[in-house]
Amino acid sequence: MSIFADETTRVVYQGLTGSQGRYYGLLNKEYGTQVVAGTNPHKAGQDVDGIPIFASVSEAVAETGATASCIFIPAPGVHDAVIEAAEGGIQFIVSVTEGVPAHDEARFYNRLRRDFPDVRLLGPNCPGIISPGKCNIGITAGHIALPGGPVGIVSRSGTLTYQALYELKQKGIGCTTCVGIGGDPVPGTSFIDCLEAFEEDPETKAVMMIGEIGGSAEEEAATFIRDKMTKPVASYVAGVTAPPGKKMGHAGAIVSGGKGTAAAKMDALRSAGVQVGLNPTESGELMAGIVAGL
Amino acid sequence: MDLFEYQGKQFFADYGLPVSPGEIAFTTDEAVAAAERLGTPVMVKAQVHTGGRGKAGGVKFAATIDDVREHAAAILGLDIKGHVVGRVWIEKASDIAEEYYASFTLDRSAKKYLGMLSVEGGVEIETVAEENPDAIAKIWIDPVDGLGESECRDWVGQAGLPEVAVEGTIGILLKLYTAYVDGDADLVEVNPLILTPEGQMHVLDAKVTLDGNSIFRHQDYAVFDETQNRDERETAAHAIGLQYVGLDGSVGVIANGAGLAMSTVDVISQVGGAAANFLDIGGGADVDTMAGALEVINNDPAVCSIFINIFGGITRGEVVASGIIEALERVIIKSPIVIRLDGTNAEEGRRLLEPHFSDSLQMAPTMLEAAERTVALAAARQKGAGQ
Repeated sequence: MSIFADETTRVVYQGLTGSQGRYYGLLNKEYGTQVVAGTNPHKAGQDVDGIPIFASVSEAVAETGATASCIFIPAPGVHDAVIEAAEGGIQFIVSVTEGVPAHDEARFYNRLRRDFPDVRLLGPNCPGIISPGKCNIGITAGHIALPGGPVGIVSRSGTLTYQALYELKQKGIGCTTCVGIGGDPVPGTSFIDCLEAFEEDPETKAVMMIGEIGGSAEEEAATFIRDKMTKPVASYVAGVTAPPGKKMGHAGAIVSGGKGTAAAKMDALRSAGVQVGLNPTESGELMAGIVAGL
Repeated sequence: MDLFEYQGKQFFADYGLPVSPGEIAFTTDEAVAAAERLGTPVMVKAQVHTGGRGKAGGVKFAATIDDVREHAAAILGLDIKGHVVGRVWIEKASDIAEEYYASFTLDRSAKKYLGMLSVEGGVEIETVAEENPDAIAKIWIDPVDGLGESECRDWVGQAGLPEVAVEGTIGILLKLYTAYVDGDADLVEVNPLILTPEGQMHVLDAKVTLDGNSIFRHQDYAVFDETQNRDERETAAHAIGLQYVGLDGSVGVIANGAGLAMSTVDVISQVGGAAANFLDIGGGADVDTMAGALEVINNDPAVCSIFINIFGGITRGEVVASGIIEALERVIIKSPIVIRLDGTNAEEGRRLLEPHFSDSLQMAPTMLEAAERTVALAAARQKGAGQ
């Protein structure tokens, strides 16, 4: 099995008519994802390579039975796009766009929690989700992932997610689902949400978790792993050498006031029984060891 | 984006918060002229993007114009935690009866806004949090609801302010909250928020960090971007839109993706070296970006070797390889390069690069090996330069 998205997930792409939306929407379709619709209020009735365009998400849901949405809208429009998707009846929203203001994220996160508690948001500023062999929503290169499991991956960093998928594939290890939760200050889906889902998923036997500096999400995940998880976890945390006060690319990746250091995160994970590698390759090897012992 | 105190006060003033009149000065003469216009006594305050100015001698009271001259001369050029003071804020001095603390920021764990208010102002809030956590009244605000007056009143009540300060503080907190939200700030902090002997509340300091992602709705923030604390290399990289952070080592780093770039810097350190920078060229890694990145690294005199770490996802290896080859034709590189290319079509990419291999352009199969080689190359060149 997989978590959050599989071969039955029907996806509407908000912004399918834009260059990024079209490029990745069609790649996702080619991978096997059920790309059932796109939206653009000015291009309703048209199509993108046979995928029908609707004026709104609610129309797309009514006409195609879409259950998920993938947002390829420029940052200023992401807030409204997320709310539109939830109001339109979407259950799973993937927001790829980077550069969304933190206040917008805080607003739509809390709005969803209150008015649409069953809706799951992934991102913004994330590579998306891939359940190898079943569906790929977002910008991950599908062919670097080996289908089948037994490993579930959750990551805060884009390229390190790909790196992890690739290292496991090279070792012949498959993946049930790989979730990129993104590096922004208010991620819609947290490490813990994914760990919880992987713990419940019978086909996932072990979890690879990739963190980075900033915030306390890794420490919170460590507490969850210690208290609630029975499945083994291997981890890597990027940014050991990051100087305090400097943003390392992501809006959330910053060590401030002595908090959010990689060392503290690795310590927390280790004391929760997680096997922590010092670099991505070492973490891959640790995971290979875990899988060999399953 | 971190604002200087005086920029923060201008930002606050736009939201109706009471700040003192003042002027910015870049030289001692400008400071004196400003003080003459404002009338003594004044405060002479170093403008730097760091805390602890007072302790470092960067904030002085000047009773007379002679004092202003003396203090401005001493403070301009002062090194405060690595930040050299290039400008001072001359501000009308205030009479202080009591000092409080107030701030709003995002609590990333709770995913709500966190307001903090304390009667123990004038010292760093981290110190108060450690030594006397009960002295900080906290409020968690749902961004959808915002901060209402009655919640604000309860919050101020918890903080234990004297009666005379209560109404004024409520007014200031509501305006500060509006500045935080409408101004798209990551942090607004007033420390100290003062009560004057006349019973007035007044904003005596301003620490403001604005969200760089919000510039599309705040065009006027471009002016703050220009005064960010960047070294020469960071300024050059920023000008061509690269995600660059200057570091102290000798191995130049180019990687695609923030996580991979951070990881590259880490691995270099693990094998005994030190990176000269963090540089994320993004997912695309096209020719122009690669050439620009190489140029920035090439202009850094501390760089002795270069580690290009690319993982091809959607972007194919051969595209990345052609980008590197073309970029190398445009820029004459002073330091040897080690490339690690993996992921999609990495084989094809490596084949394209092969005819270009030399002592100054090598390929390593893994991240770890590439790090070891670049670190060894940097060490050898440093040793050579030392003899």
